[in-house]
Amino acid sequence: MEFGLLQQQWDTQRVLRGTDDNVGDVMVVGGGISGIQASLDLSTAGYKVYLVEKSPTVGGKMSQLDKTFPTNDCSMCIESPKFIETDRQPNIELMTYTDVDSVEGVPGDFTVTLLKKPRYVIEDSCTGCTVCVEYCPVKIPDPFNQNLSMNKAVHIYFSQAVPLVTYIDENCLFLKDKTCGICQTVCEKDAIDFGQKAEKVKVKVGAIILSPGYETFDPLPRNDYGYGQYANVVTSMDFERLLCSTGPHEGQILRPSDKKHPHKIAWIHCVGSRQVNPAGGNSYCSAVCCSYTQKQVILAKDHLPDMQAKIFHNDIRSYGKDFERFYQRAQKLPDVHFIRSYVSVGSEDPVTGDVSIRYTTPDGVVEEFFELVVLSVGLAPTKDAQRFSKVFGIELNQHGFCKVEPFNPLQTSRPGIFTSGAFQGPMDIPEAVMGASGACAQASHLLKSRRGQLSEERVFPEEKDTSQEEAKVGVFVCRCGANIGRVVDVPGIAEYAKTLPGVVHVEESLFACATNTAKAISDTIRDKGLNRVVVAACTPRTHEPLFRDTLREAGVNQYFFDMANIREHCTWVHSKEQEAATEKAKDIVRMSVARAGKLEPLEEFLLPVDKTLLVVGGGVAGMTSAYTLAEQGFETYLVEKASDLGGVANRMHYTLEGMDVQTFVKDLKKKVYRHPGIHVITDAAVTHVDGYVGNFSTTVKSKGRVRTIKHGAAIIAVGAVEYKPTEYLYGQNDKVMTLLEMEGKLAKRDEKLMAAESVVMIQCVGCRNEDRNYCARVCCSGAMKNALKMKELKPEAEIYVLFRDMRTYGFREDYYLKAARQDVKFIRYEPEDEPQLAALEEGGRNFIRVTAADPILGKKLELDVDAIILAAAVIPTPGSTELARMFKVPLGPDGFFQEAHAKLRPVDFAAEGVFLCGTAQYPKHLSETITQAYGAAGRALTLLSRDTVVASGAVCSVKGMDCVSCGACISVCTYGAIDFQDTPRGKKAVVNSVLCKGDGLCVSKCPTSAIMLSHYTDDEVFNQIDAALEMV
Amino acid sequence: MAAPSDFKPIIVGFLCNWCCYGGADLCGVSRFQYPPYLRVIRLMCSGRVDLEFIFRAFAKKSDGVFIGGCHLGDCHYNPEGNYDALGNSMVAKRILENIGVNPDRLRLEWVSAGEGIRFAEIMNEFGAKIKSLGPFGSSEGRDVADLQSGLEAATQLVPYFKLVERERFRVPRRTEAGYEEFFAKPDFEPLFKALIIDKLAMGRIMGELRANGDATAGDIAQKLRLDAGEVARHLHQLSQQGMVKLNGGQAQIAVAA
Repeated sequence: MEFGLLQQQWDTQRVLRGTDDNVGDVMVVGGGISGIQASLDLSTAGYKVYLVEKSPTVGGKMSQLDKTFPTNDCSMCIESPKFIETDRQPNIELMTYTDVDSVEGVPGDFTVTLLKKPRYVIEDSCTGCTVCVEYCPVKIPDPFNQNLSMNKAVHIYFSQAVPLVTYIDENCLFLKDKTCGICQTVCEKDAIDFGQKAEKVKVKVGAIILSPGYETFDPLPRNDYGYGQYANVVTSMDFERLLCSTGPHEGQILRPSDKKHPHKIAWIHCVGSRQVNPAGGNSYCSAVCCSYTQKQVILAKDHLPDMQAKIFHNDIRSYGKDFERFYQRAQKLPDVHFIRSYVSVGSEDPVTGDVSIRYTTPDGVVEEFFELVVLSVGLAPTKDAQRFSKVFGIELNQHGFCKVEPFNPLQTSRPGIFTSGAFQGPMDIPEAVMGASGACAQASHLLKSRRGQLSEERVFPEEKDTSQEEAKVGVFVCRCGANIGRVVDVPGIAEYAKTLPGVVHVEESLFACATNTAKAISDTIRDKGLNRVVVAACTPRTHEPLFRDTLREAGVNQYFFDMANIREHCTWVHSKEQEAATEKAKDIVRMSVARAGKLEPLEEFLLPVDKTLLVVGGGVAGMTSAYTLAEQGFETYLVEKASDLGGVANRMHYTLEGMDVQTFVKDLKKKVYRHPGIHVITDAAVTHVDGYVGNFSTTVKSKGRVRTIKHGAAIIAVGAVEYKPTEYLYGQNDKVMTLLEMEGKLAKRDEKLMAAESVVMIQCVGCRNEDRNYCARVCCSGAMKNALKMKELKPEAEIYVLFRDMRTYGFREDYYLKAARQDVKFIRYEPEDEPQLAALEEGGRNFIRVTAADPILGKKLELDVDAIILAAAVIPTPGSTELARMFKVPLGPDGFFQEAHAKLRPVDFAAEGVFLCGTAQYPKHLSETITQAYGAAGRALTLLSRDTVVASGAVCSVKGMDCVSCGACISVCTYGAIDFQDTPRGKKAVVNSVLCKGDGLCVSKCPTSAIMLSHYTDDEVFNQIDAALEMV
Repeated sequence: MAAPSDFKPIIVGFLCNWCCYGGADLCGVSRFQYPPYLRVIRLMCSGRVDLEFIFRAFAKKSDGVFIGGCHLGDCHYNPEGNYDALGNSMVAKRILENIGVNPDRLRLEWVSAGEGIRFAEIMNEFGAKIKSLGPFGSSEGRDVADLQSGLEAATQLVPYFKLVERERFRVPRRTEAGYEEFFAKPDFEPLFKALIIDKLAMGRIMGELRANGDATAGDIAQKLRLDAGEVARHLHQLSQQGMVKLNGGQAQIAVAA
């Protein structure tokens, strides 16, 4: 589009809108999982957010994934609830299909000009019924399915899209030459508007968070491994779609050439990553590919049980929490072989379409044909990176990702502009999520004085008391455009509903969920005096909140609502059996009405929030969280078991990147000690925890003094400790030390160490073994850091690194390469053939002889060296078990604290109000700890910034009279929501509604039906069962 | 017995909100087709499905009952109620079989919210199974009324079962293998018979005597399709408890019972 035209439109806009209309607190750029999380946290914390996304929907790359490692959760299922939350949050202004054009201003006062692209569909009118899609004659490759299947020129990006509206692709016939226009004719809502033009919008905000994500590396330009030349070479993202049930073949893995199931598949690692000569590729490690490849192997094996797979790799980097076990799971599958080898692609069999791969084995080079080859492509900077650098005035790093502050990985080079997610480098989903919460904490720090000023709460009229009234049920039957109406007899269902007991009003609607219809339903409820509402339409999982609000708007308790799902569970799945489907729809409505008759009004609890924070653990993680929130006005208690703050960082001196850790830690400690809002308690231990979200009461003992702290939130940041090796002569010979000890000695130029002419570093000491089946994540990079430092101080020193897999993930790979180039020697060892050490004395020289197998030379090596450095594992802090028990939070199998969800709730616990950061969760680097600490602060902020928390009304309660004190309910409730209480009639079970999550397990355990779950009572379920079978 | 071709089964389905209901939704979104037999009741967790719900559905002549939860290890809730659903369904199947209801009419499956196709497959398969079994009672070759009185006895047993479950049938390891192992242990069946099945038989005997008056052990055994010796043993025990009086060959309800 010509600039002149845009300018003209923009001028018109300015006249129409004025300039002050669009004012917010924070603009989040990028609507993937990181941007969504940042927006949700900020809006919950009381800020008005503009969420800008360039594609037609939020969701980002995560929405394209089939499953997520290492839990194999369904990616869309866990992400899409966040879409709806984003959509409904009144403080998020969602702008999809929108680009950022320019940014002016200073922190606290930015003016951002946005370019809203025309989607040719009026968002407010479109109901997402997809009738236009059905009639559209133009087929285009579906970008969501990696162009592996076709979609229409008008379509919804994917079925869970938010906003759930169509957009029109440039291949539309009308847009090309003004022919067609069928969609306009069939749209009952007149939502198609070909007159739409690109529109410029100015928005004023105080801070900006950049979360534009990444691109997968594109192997096409170089035809890496035959991609683009051979049909059966696909990328891992293509394969992700092939695996997915919403993918091109409904979850059938069919290879491109002949749409047949491949039975022999090869995966090639590091495509586009870890390239020594990176012309067209990247030198860094992409950090996620090893694990996602294992996930794909596991899932493919699940789909195709007789599949044979070979995975070609160069180091398996299973450095994350539970990754090692995940790798073992993949490795143990039958006919699955992980092969350490560089590979090249040979040729394509012209008849079968199979592709040959050449790889090395101990017996020489082998060429083997595979039916499908999957390229595990790496992560590359977003296409917008260069443009963003100019538009936002931020610097990029040498790899083209966003440049960040060394001790604050969320801060870009421009004040007031933060970043989260993979814009700062390759990372996994949980890091993108914790970074989002962390960026929220920092934007909030900047804008603390305006918190709550622009944000709004929805206000509803007062609820009327209908408890004395008879049930007056209103039934609204939705046609959902043609989705329901075309299959079942909607008028017939409506007529039938009128005959049901208690029903006083029945109405049909074209789209019950359309904003105007919802309003009309509200009016009808009021006018007809309805006190129960059934909407026969789609699934409550997406639409129940909307209709509950509709009831609230009519002054009726929101729990008097029930949804009869006659779309997903009826018309869409029985579309060929119209008569039977109509009968079934009637049954569903009857069940719903029967249930509605028994529904009871429920109160949601409003619990006050004590705005005090307790942080347990005074290392870098704890101090960072405490300082961030104290700065924002929250009184903070920081409890540390040692006599000084700082934790393990007190023993660190420099980072891999060469930053001075001690200066940073000393400065942070000073800021924390001096902060008037932070009460530091050292030599302290937590001895007891009581209470629940918003209202905890924790007892802390310090130097003989016991005090009880009332607080609303808690952050657990107790860190981890270095394993004390029992292996390799440690403790017996003073030439043997750990990595941390070496760092200390290097920092103070320890004479003995500096005199060492040769050093052996042994990796994986005390982990990746039977006792500790995990990778301690930091030691490979730690070894590089210290090896490089030693080389810097003493270039002539001989350094050997004995390793199993070199796990220098992400940009840390650069330092691995640097060490190799500085002649640090790397020798791989296998766990079955560990290096052997012997302390010897020959010719007056004391040394240690290391015997190790050299796999390249195929013989034993003997190294006589002056120092042995052990990469000792990182292990959980002693006392974690007791602390976990007190806070009612779990520990994982390796003894680290277990977050609520591996991917999407990385700093939360399942128990509300308690958060987690730092190495207490899992070993991690200092920069990662800092990000996570900001993340925990951001999550705690969403709680502490509110005056109250809402707890669902659908919780359990006990009829004391019927309770026989058997304790069955108490023993199944792992939330600890039920306790015995002494009453005049003896001990009775009592539910603490605040802790109850409403699963109702206790109800099915209670022998006397004394405990009940509101909203899912026995009577309600009985009524549904009886109604379902009334006609039998 | 072949089912008449116009037989349209009704299957009552208890679906957990977080996984199976989501899977059923996705199945709809993806337009996978399955026969229109299922009537869904949405619960928050499959662990909420009370034994009584299952017996009630069958007592109301449901042709099948379906329970759908999250895959083991994936439960939305901390207490992992799907393991309880697993235990409950194993118990329910044993009780159903004992009172003459074909246990294949009850089916428990794990369906994640991402497994739309799997939901359709299960519905197609289970639908065909129920269709082949015919209406409730037909494959059993039993009077529906007889089955219903058995279900009533089973329902009355539920509170007792819940008490016993906690003491004697608590599965020590909450893994799939742990459950399988527990229910396959050699001492499980005898214990289950002694504690549950015998109690159930006595309940049914009492019900039969109440409904149809005095009867001999042989008559009762025939009616309830129990072993005559077993019935005699139960009658003996019931008489010791003062629940029945044995009058010659006839058993009769004790006045107080």
